Amino acid sequence: MSAILPPQERVWWKQPLDRVELIWIVVALIWCLIMFFMMPYWHIYGQQNLSNEAYRSKPEDFVRKTEAMIAQYKVREDGGDLKVPVVRPPAGSDVYMVAQLWRWYPILELEAGKSYRIHLMSLDWLHGFSLQPENINIQVHPGYEHVLTVTPTNPGTYSIICNEYCGINHHTMVSRLYVVK
Amino acid sequence: MSVNRMFRTCPTSGLVFHEPAEKLMRWNAVAAVVSLLIGGLLAIGVVLTRWQAVHLLPPDRFYQYLTAHGLNMLVFWIIFFEIAVLYFAGSTLLKARLATPKMAWAAFWLMVLGALVNNYSVLRGDSSVMFTSYAPMGAHPTFYLGLILFAVGALIACFVFLGTLVVAKAERTYHGSIPLVTFGAVTAAIIAIFTIAAGAIILIPTFLWSVGLVPTIDSLMYRTVWWAFGHSSQQINVSAHVAVWYAVAAIVFGAKPMSEKVSRTAFLLYILFLQLASAHHLLADPGLTSHWKIFNTSYAMYLAVLASMVHGLTVPGSIEVAQRQKGFNHGLFEWLRKAPWSNPAFSSMFMSLIGFGFLGGISGVMMGTEQLNLIIHNTLYVPGHFHATVVVGTTLAFMGLTYFLIPVLFRREITFPKMAQWQPYVFGLAMMGVSLFLMGAGTLGVPRRHWDIGFAGNAFAHEFPGAAWLMMALAGITGIIAIVGGGMYLLITVWSVFLGKKIQTPGFQHVRAKDGIAPAPKPVAAAIAAHHPGIGAGGMVAPGTFALAMVFLTAFVLYYFINWKYLSTVWPLK
Amino acid sequence: MNAERIEDDLPDEPVPVMQQLLDNPFLLLFLGIAMPTVLYIVWGVMEIVSLPIAK
Repeated sequence: MSAILPPQERVWWKQPLDRVELIWIVVALIWCLIMFFMMPYWHIYGQQNLSNEAYRSKPEDFVRKTEAMIAQYKVREDGGDLKVPVVRPPAGSDVYMVAQLWRWYPILELEAGKSYRIHLMSLDWLHGFSLQPENINIQVHPGYEHVLTVTPTNPGTYSIICNEYCGINHHTMVSRLYVVK
Repeated sequence: MSVNRMFRTCPTSGLVFHEPAEKLMRWNAVAAVVSLLIGGLLAIGVVLTRWQAVHLLPPDRFYQYLTAHGLNMLVFWIIFFEIAVLYFAGSTLLKARLATPKMAWAAFWLMVLGALVNNYSVLRGDSSVMFTSYAPMGAHPTFYLGLILFAVGALIACFVFLGTLVVAKAERTYHGSIPLVTFGAVTAAIIAIFTIAAGAIILIPTFLWSVGLVPTIDSLMYRTVWWAFGHSSQQINVSAHVAVWYAVAAIVFGAKPMSEKVSRTAFLLYILFLQLASAHHLLADPGLTSHWKIFNTSYAMYLAVLASMVHGLTVPGSIEVAQRQKGFNHGLFEWLRKAPWSNPAFSSMFMSLIGFGFLGGISGVMMGTEQLNLIIHNTLYVPGHFHATVVVGTTLAFMGLTYFLIPVLFRREITFPKMAQWQPYVFGLAMMGVSLFLMGAGTLGVPRRHWDIGFAGNAFAHEFPGAAWLMMALAGITGIIAIVGGGMYLLITVWSVFLGKKIQTPGFQHVRAKDGIAPAPKPVAAAIAAHHPGIGAGGMVAPGTFALAMVFLTAFVLYYFINWKYLSTVWPLK
Repeated sequence: MNAERIEDDLPDEPVPVMQQLLDNPFLLLFLGIAMPTVLYIVWGVMEIVSLPIAK
């Protein structure tokens, strides 16, 4: 009998197991269950969970909400000739960020230790929100508004790069995010 | 129409080849190797561009090469080879004639046509949409058409395989249950059929959209259904290469499965749960709840991971038992030290097992954890992971099988036998390096599918840490070595198959099965007993394997919790 | 040991249900398609189509 021949016994289901297999199956099963329950555990006791809050949204509606926020909370412009608005919304407010070919819009200035409801959506293709060097990575869809409550911890200048391939200028889709005290 | 019932028996292995099946296996294997050659040439451009110090290609070429590299490697090379494996496991191992060879040829030519049409679309330059072709980014209609044709061909081939099982049962070519390796092939075929069905659900509307007959394709719907195709297609590989592990263990060592019950139940867990892991790709997406994500990403409580951990034990375990019975019974690891390390079939298979488990398996479970996915999603960690599973795991296992098949199936001696001894080490170790360095870069946040992580000339350029650049350079160097290793494989196989010394068999002929060409395999007396008195230690038949398994588990647990620790330091998010 | 083995191979020994399942590729095919179709595709698509519209 070998793995490339049919089993010799007509009934092989009742063969006894060797101890090595039995112990390993039990140990591996316990480990699998631990890994499974880590996920619900983290939802209850952990701090880093992706939000389940999402809506269908139209690009023009999302742009309207973004522009309204910029008009209200714009503090300056950044990026030299690019003149990207920098927005400093109050803590706890709804903050909007547009992903489109090939930019993130606007730039946010957030306060460390405060929470914000960030709405992320793409206007055209798929994009990838990748906050560096923090290394938080979230998929951004066109037509789906994703609402995340984020609490920046340390002040500093962060980068948002696109990490979902979005065409020829994908690698130019990079922006900033400021966290201040 | 008469049925071809002519068989030949391989004089060295005793395997029985049905004449039409043999020809189909050869042609599918050749098409696979041609795809590997194309994918390998494209890899040179990809590697030398992402190695920022070289930065060879302009962005349009880079994205184009990357698209074609992914498709030729992940789809064409692997599926063509898998079809050959299916025919081998169905026809040869069951000593049965292949059902409907004509349909199998139609399947083959459809697949060839599909692969050509798809490659043509990428060559045009307007379809650099990556393997994933995420709508609403659109490709030329021939891109989807090529994939659909290829998938239809592969589907037909899967049904030819299932039909062969029916033929074998009806014509009583075997008694009792099918061999374990064939059962593994059944698992692969079932997953393939689901994969192709999911592909049809999403690629046919996308094709209609690309020619203007459907107004829109929803991006989230596309990603959800597409991954049922894209990820499951890689689960075919897992089932197929695990079957190949069992086959190589049986061929090289005469190893028998430690327990048919355990190994087959593990394959059953694959059939039931492996495909749910398509959710791995959607953990960072909006619109799907944590319930769906947790249940699916964990293959329903990690039951498919359990299955892989079982195979990871039983394959080396069965080798250990076989070796100990041959007398290598001293200490924990004599069986492994005295294994035929210069036999490329064995060394490929063993490195495939270790690389798949330690690098691919552990990283796969880590990044498939709902919350942990946040810190690696779409970074180079992902390609790092799948170069460990698909390249070290599947490709290396298939390479190992090739070294066995060249004399048996193509009846040629392996040319450059010394190079063949080294090839698995050069390719396997270098590719493990590629995987590790890409994972390292991904941990530091480097994005995948990205032309320039230097962001030259950008007002908001992000500066990656020096370690990330070092990782990219090391991945470049090991990548080039791996390409050399792949080139060695191509040189050896192509030279052997077309120019190698023919193996002459006196009195060689194809004869009818009923004329009794296949001597019944002799049962090995020692292998009958379920318990193996006198071998092993500590009440275990395979203590060495158990020790290795414990090392694996320790690495797994440590790495898993290190990543939770890392996650707990990033910004709170809810 | 040997006595058991001979008993195992008696033709009238019933084949256990699990072995019958594992010996039936078409039943396995049905399970292998139905499970992911229901748990992954159908469940996932239902969640996507039931998403609320943004205010």
